[in-house]
Amino acid sequence: MSDEKEQFEPKIIAYVCNWCTYLGADLAGTNRLEYPANVRIVRLPCTGRIDFNLMVKAFEAGADSVLVSGCHPGDCHYTTGNFHARRRWILFRSLLDTMGIDVDRIHFTWISAAEGKKWQEVVTDITESTRKLGPYTAYQRVCGES
Amino acid sequence: MQVGYYPGCALHGSSNDYEMSVRACLSKLQIDVREIDDWICCGASAAHSLNQKLSVALPARTLGLAERDGLNDILAPCPMCSMELCKAGKALAEDPELRVEISDIVELEITGKSRVLNLIQVLQEFGVEKIQSLATRSLSEFKPACYYGCLLTRPPKVLKFDDCEQPESMEKILGLLGAVPVDWNFKTECCGAGMTLANEDTVLDLSHKIISDAIDHGANCLVVACPMCHVNLDMKQAAVKERFGVQRDMVVYYLSDLVGIAMGIDEKDLGVDRHYVVKD
Amino acid sequence: MAKIGVFTCWCGENIAQNVDVQHVAAEIAKLPNVHCSIEYKYMCSEPGQAMIREKIAAEKLTGMVIASCSPHMHLNTFRKAAKNAGLNPYQVEMANIREHCSWVHRNREEATLKAVDLVKMAVAKVRKNQELVPIDIPVTKRVLVVGGGVAGIQAALDIADAGYEVVMVEREPSIGGRMAGLSETFPTLDCSQCILTPRMVDIGQHPNITLHTYSEVAKVEGFIGNFKASILKKARYVDVNTCTGCGTCWNSCPSKKTPSEFDFGLGTRTAIYVPFPQAVPAKPVIDQNACIKLTKGKCGVCMKKCQANAIDFDDKDALVEEEVGAVIVATGFKLFQIGKEQDLEGQSGYGEYGYDKYPDVIDSLQFERLASASGPTNGEIRRPSDGKVPKNIVFISCVGSRDNAKGVPYCSKVCCMYTAKHTMLYKHKVHDGVAHVFYMDIRAGGKNYEEFVRRAIEQDGAQYHRGRVSKITEKHGTLIVRGVDTLAGLPLTIEADMVVLASAIKPTNGAQELAQKLNVGYDNYGFLSESHPKLRPVETASAGVFVCGACQGPKDIPESVAQASAAAAKTLVIFSKEELTRDPEIAKVNEKVCAGCFTCQRVCAFNAIEQVDIRSPNGKLIKRIARVNPGLCMGCGTCVAVCPSKSVDLSGTTEQQVYSMVKSLT
Repeated sequence: MSDEKEQFEPKIIAYVCNWCTYLGADLAGTNRLEYPANVRIVRLPCTGRIDFNLMVKAFEAGADSVLVSGCHPGDCHYTTGNFHARRRWILFRSLLDTMGIDVDRIHFTWISAAEGKKWQEVVTDITESTRKLGPYTAYQRVCGES
Repeated sequence: MQVGYYPGCALHGSSNDYEMSVRACLSKLQIDVREIDDWICCGASAAHSLNQKLSVALPARTLGLAERDGLNDILAPCPMCSMELCKAGKALAEDPELRVEISDIVELEITGKSRVLNLIQVLQEFGVEKIQSLATRSLSEFKPACYYGCLLTRPPKVLKFDDCEQPESMEKILGLLGAVPVDWNFKTECCGAGMTLANEDTVLDLSHKIISDAIDHGANCLVVACPMCHVNLDMKQAAVKERFGVQRDMVVYYLSDLVGIAMGIDEKDLGVDRHYVVKD
Repeated sequence: MAKIGVFTCWCGENIAQNVDVQHVAAEIAKLPNVHCSIEYKYMCSEPGQAMIREKIAAEKLTGMVIASCSPHMHLNTFRKAAKNAGLNPYQVEMANIREHCSWVHRNREEATLKAVDLVKMAVAKVRKNQELVPIDIPVTKRVLVVGGGVAGIQAALDIADAGYEVVMVEREPSIGGRMAGLSETFPTLDCSQCILTPRMVDIGQHPNITLHTYSEVAKVEGFIGNFKASILKKARYVDVNTCTGCGTCWNSCPSKKTPSEFDFGLGTRTAIYVPFPQAVPAKPVIDQNACIKLTKGKCGVCMKKCQANAIDFDDKDALVEEEVGAVIVATGFKLFQIGKEQDLEGQSGYGEYGYDKYPDVIDSLQFERLASASGPTNGEIRRPSDGKVPKNIVFISCVGSRDNAKGVPYCSKVCCMYTAKHTMLYKHKVHDGVAHVFYMDIRAGGKNYEEFVRRAIEQDGAQYHRGRVSKITEKHGTLIVRGVDTLAGLPLTIEADMVVLASAIKPTNGAQELAQKLNVGYDNYGFLSESHPKLRPVETASAGVFVCGACQGPKDIPESVAQASAAAAKTLVIFSKEELTRDPEIAKVNEKVCAGCFTCQRVCAFNAIEQVDIRSPNGKLIKRIARVNPGLCMGCGTCVAVCPSKSVDLSGTTEQQVYSMVKSLT
């Protein structure tokens, strides 16, 4: 059983904003900062674009963890998109929790275009913590297509 | 009108001429002055130099006692006391956890509904026009330099009273009663405060500057609303005269003295004859 | 039936080293709709692009994925290539298998697996891509410049000289702004009015410039290329077309005691007046509060004496509509109020300095008027109290600036320089005078600025004391300035004949209201917000609205002029085309299902959503729905996320596209 856990490679889906986090991830690449290969990025214009459905779809597709990352407050390319995302996040977290979704599997960060190192750290941390939590089979059992 | 009365150490001690003056004046205005039962020291400079919590707890107890006695307004004629009470009230209002803790320590419920007023504010609350209507004579021979000292208007964010650099509240009251207050430079400069005995040289130097500037600007007396200022300017005036010389003797009146005199109260009843420097 | 071509790049060794590119190409070829899957060493190179163009034409591809570097690198390159081959450029997607894959994962197996996933996602997306056409909106090639100071003047002249029409609106009776009131400017000690007035005259005479002075902007509607501005022209009571500017009226006016705004209260003016002799237009206005005829019905001497019959006491305010394609805001600054009157509740000013109490304590703009040859004292430095020439002056820096307790926390940038200038002007006029400066730091960062300050100290003998002033009092007409010299470690008291306070710089009154009318942001202090502090200093959140000069932040004349030309250049970019082309990756409302809750309108930071009435053929209102203005939408997608019925979607990142991408990872 523990062997299985060690080989378990979590699937992490990351919704990131085009102007900050995506560029931060690019910077991590330019600097050749290594991190686990478990994350799959979906590029959106702004974190303001992200709603509840996208989180749920990610779990439906078998994600073991979901990451949402955008510009720091005050730096949004569209001025207020990330404020809406933040507000939504505060509501959603409680709602998802109430629904029984494991909120330890949902992460929200601000990563700027200059923070390549932070992207590396965040992805590494989330990969490891998700690895410890194990595969999100509970979601598929209850909500997934049978 | 009713006020809770917090004399503090000074008014029951060496400055009980100020208490006489305040009581006589407010009694003439028919303001009910009710001393807070079992009040304690406000902490003054000693407490806040040594222990933050103590400096809040000491005045907080007085605030709690006033609430217990149903007193909505508290008159603290000494600006140090009124400032410490205000500061404690503000700290408790802004920090609910602290309020719970301090209420526990002083064993009294403090909700913050009692207002702390200095002597000038009480007169303003009563209504300066009303005082004017009660006046039996004009104060026209008085040319006071109104001295506020350090604590009547500061810290501005705590007291929110008058302009902290160019205050005018005393001048307004005395002006309406017929006096001719002078405009001068040392309204808010330090008199040496509590260093009267510990560092007399400093007090004499600073008090000399205050008295001289008042005289330079045409004043024939000083008006204060603080017992400490009164001590340094009145009790120490002889020493100032000896050390530096002064152009003339300056009687130092409490604000309540002049307001009382305008309403026809005898100077003896106001305690004016108990000052060190008296009118010739 | 979609026909997608996938092109996987080796990027030399950059991708191929850690990703098995051929394996990726082979795996992707197996996906439905993938018509061809090719790998090549350098996709962005000329042969690479040629190959792409060939394939598109030969295979009649309807969509394309390039698996290579970051889209921030080459998306435009590949879009152009597609366009040149006849494929709609928005049918192109990129999978980032370099920055996000080969460069960060050493394990070849893991990296290749991830690369396959990333390309799968891109293919899933492009299956749902639609042909998008860039949006064209018409442009009115006229600009509205708000503010007639040096920045507004520069911007207006740049655009007018380029051949386009300019409408300039200025609140005061004359243009010129703060610079018209200065005596000499640093670091050259040029006479301020001498270098400015030729420009002012150019504005007044330029065939392309319509000048509305004594006017304010009442309302602005519309969007980039298509603004409609309502301008309130205040009643002047003087017809500028017939007035000859002879001056008979203001020389005969009996109402002489109004404090002059231009002289900041140091001098007086008449009720009918021009603010200064070089005013443009050089035609007077009547101050309706000071005019005896307008307030009491008597006098009217000016009208009787006017040979041109230019005076009209029945004049009224008027509204003028102007259509423009861009707006440049150049409303300038004012000084922080340090006296008793405060415009912000709870602010107490700097009572310890005695401004408003002692007439010989003045601020820096007032000192400029004293030093100015056309000022209230004809350029002689004299005390406002008794008119005597001061034998020494104390200048105090940072009054209100850099003060977290009572003032503003920022540095006002120009005061160190103008204070040094003031000491020099004073010394040049009063040879035996002594200038003292109390400073905290000396900021002289511009070209020749440091040398200028050294001249003031070394050649003109200005005495600089590092320390602040605690109190200013007055004794027998002399000001007693009590401060400290921290370098000597001693208190320092100076008996001064005059004190000049370098007050903080703030935006003018009304700047915030104007910003709100234009949907431009502003900070805590009222300075208008630029789009990006580093790279877009003159653009704002509103497309087509630009800022320049001190309204954006404290700055000196060279910077104001540079920013003004920058704003003009940005405007000319808009005017360079007949139509503006905007990126079509914007939001669109499905009007059939929109319920008209307007949640989208509330969250849109660009005010790009309008309420539109849908009417039946006979005009009856069926419903009111939301519609995205393609001229304003920036494509962030916040509206999509908040719409309760998902009636609005974002072209380029639609709901279905995102779902497909995610689902492809199952």
